Amino acid sequence: MLIKRPQDIPSSEITDETVYRDRRQFMQSLAGISLLPLLGTAQAGYGNKPLKHEKSKIYRLDEDLTTHQDITHYNNFYEFGTDKYSPAKGAQQLTTDPWSVTVAGAVEKPGTYTLEDILRPHTLEERVYRLRCVEGWSMVIPWVGFPLADLIKRFNPTSKAKFVEFTTLVRKEEMPGTRRGTLNWPYKEGLRMDEAMNPLTLMAVGLYGETMPKQNGAPIRLVVPWKYGFKSIKSIVKINFVEKQPVSSWQEAIPREYGFYSNVNPEVDHPRWSQKRERRIGEFLKRKTLKFNGYEEQVAELYKGMDLRKFY
Amino acid sequence: MSSPQRITLKITLFTLCLLPLAWLIYALFTNQLGANPIEVVTRSLGEWGLMLLIVTLTMTPLRDATGQTWPILIRRMLGLFCFFYILLHLNSYLWFDQFFDWQEIGTDIIKRPFITFGMLSFLGLIPLALTSNRWSQRKLAKKWRSLHRLIYPIAILAVLHFYWLVKLDKIRPIIFSLCLLGLLGYRFIKAKFPPKIPPS
Repeated sequence: MLIKRPQDIPSSEITDETVYRDRRQFMQSLAGISLLPLLGTAQAGYGNKPLKHEKSKIYRLDEDLTTHQDITHYNNFYEFGTDKYSPAKGAQQLTTDPWSVTVAGAVEKPGTYTLEDILRPHTLEERVYRLRCVEGWSMVIPWVGFPLADLIKRFNPTSKAKFVEFTTLVRKEEMPGTRRGTLNWPYKEGLRMDEAMNPLTLMAVGLYGETMPKQNGAPIRLVVPWKYGFKSIKSIVKINFVEKQPVSSWQEAIPREYGFYSNVNPEVDHPRWSQKRERRIGEFLKRKTLKFNGYEEQVAELYKGMDLRKFY
Repeated sequence: MSSPQRITLKITLFTLCLLPLAWLIYALFTNQLGANPIEVVTRSLGEWGLMLLIVTLTMTPLRDATGQTWPILIRRMLGLFCFFYILLHLNSYLWFDQFFDWQEIGTDIIKRPFITFGMLSFLGLIPLALTSNRWSQRKLAKKWRSLHRLIYPIAILAVLHFYWLVKLDKIRPIIFSLCLLGLLGYRFIKAKFPPKIPPS
């Protein structure tokens, strides 16, 4: 694979190939210098490595965390099948090392960056966010990551960058779901620039203090906690800065049901089912869904004056 | 078919029809239904109900094809088990999904076509289950056959109910639709072109 690098990254910043080819070793070396709490709930056998991180003091929730078992065994990741139990098994064969992300479009520093180049300058932090699926269930997940805004700033977007478009990997040999035409592969998602720059928007590389399980979108994924889960695109290989509003995969598949914004909103029903309530995984009865998934204070300003029924 | 054979057949069928429910209960209490067990219970009950409906409708063609009477002997039990699973499926929705919030349930029935269809198909099954006994069969005489033709629209509504609730991957509802289409097609052809030699 030819990996182009932008001219202005000093060679001292670029990881030696022998190091990034063996990310496992790289992660282990990180683990060696960090003090980590013992994770009783963590499952063995997924090859996840501890991640050095700080716990966010701001982004915490006074709600019970969903168990590691449930977070890693109830996944919508159509690249590995359309039911929620296939990804936990099927995703294990996915090669996530080496990994690179192509940055393109309206930026001053486009190029293909290795995962290590992407991660190096960022301090990882743990943030506990709610995740609300458009299907009516929810979880509380301790992600490990860094703000997308910090990553975007490094590429110097130009004035033409009005939207960010993300693309998931598509590799037929390793992703059985992509051999079927359920969605139009590769999976794509998008955000308006101000949504992408919002401090809540996270690039996650792990959960429960460890590297991202493959079924949850290893090695790097987006987390937009005030939008329905499908907006939080997994296993990202491309970030494209564009002038026109991109079309996301679900919007393309069923435009009447899935809009570009897809903000969690109990007042706007899905055409086929109500969004008023949700089943929190691990709980028996349903609970009320909160507007913007409980992040109204942080994000309502972004949609001031917009008709959320029209821009669903 | 001799009397002991009939009894063996019916007991075997009765046990078989209870197996899916027994498995669900066992799996539920041994924590084998994954992160969202209630969803699995509701969906499985519905799918088993639909499966039994299709199997019930297969009995007449099976009799025609084999010339045997046993398909008709077990048809009533299959139909009643279909009703039983659908009744449990509905209860699972009323209880676990809505917790008897009648206002929400009412809105659901009116606003969501897939729930409207599911509910209509359940309501249709009630008179059929109630009149499935021999006494009703005798009492209603010719009307019984017309009444029980309700099963065709019920089956169509049930399949549509399944089709509409699935988010994107329609493979399973499509399989059910094709089965139903075949069974309805068979009856249509039989009615249009009756067999020359009447079945004994």
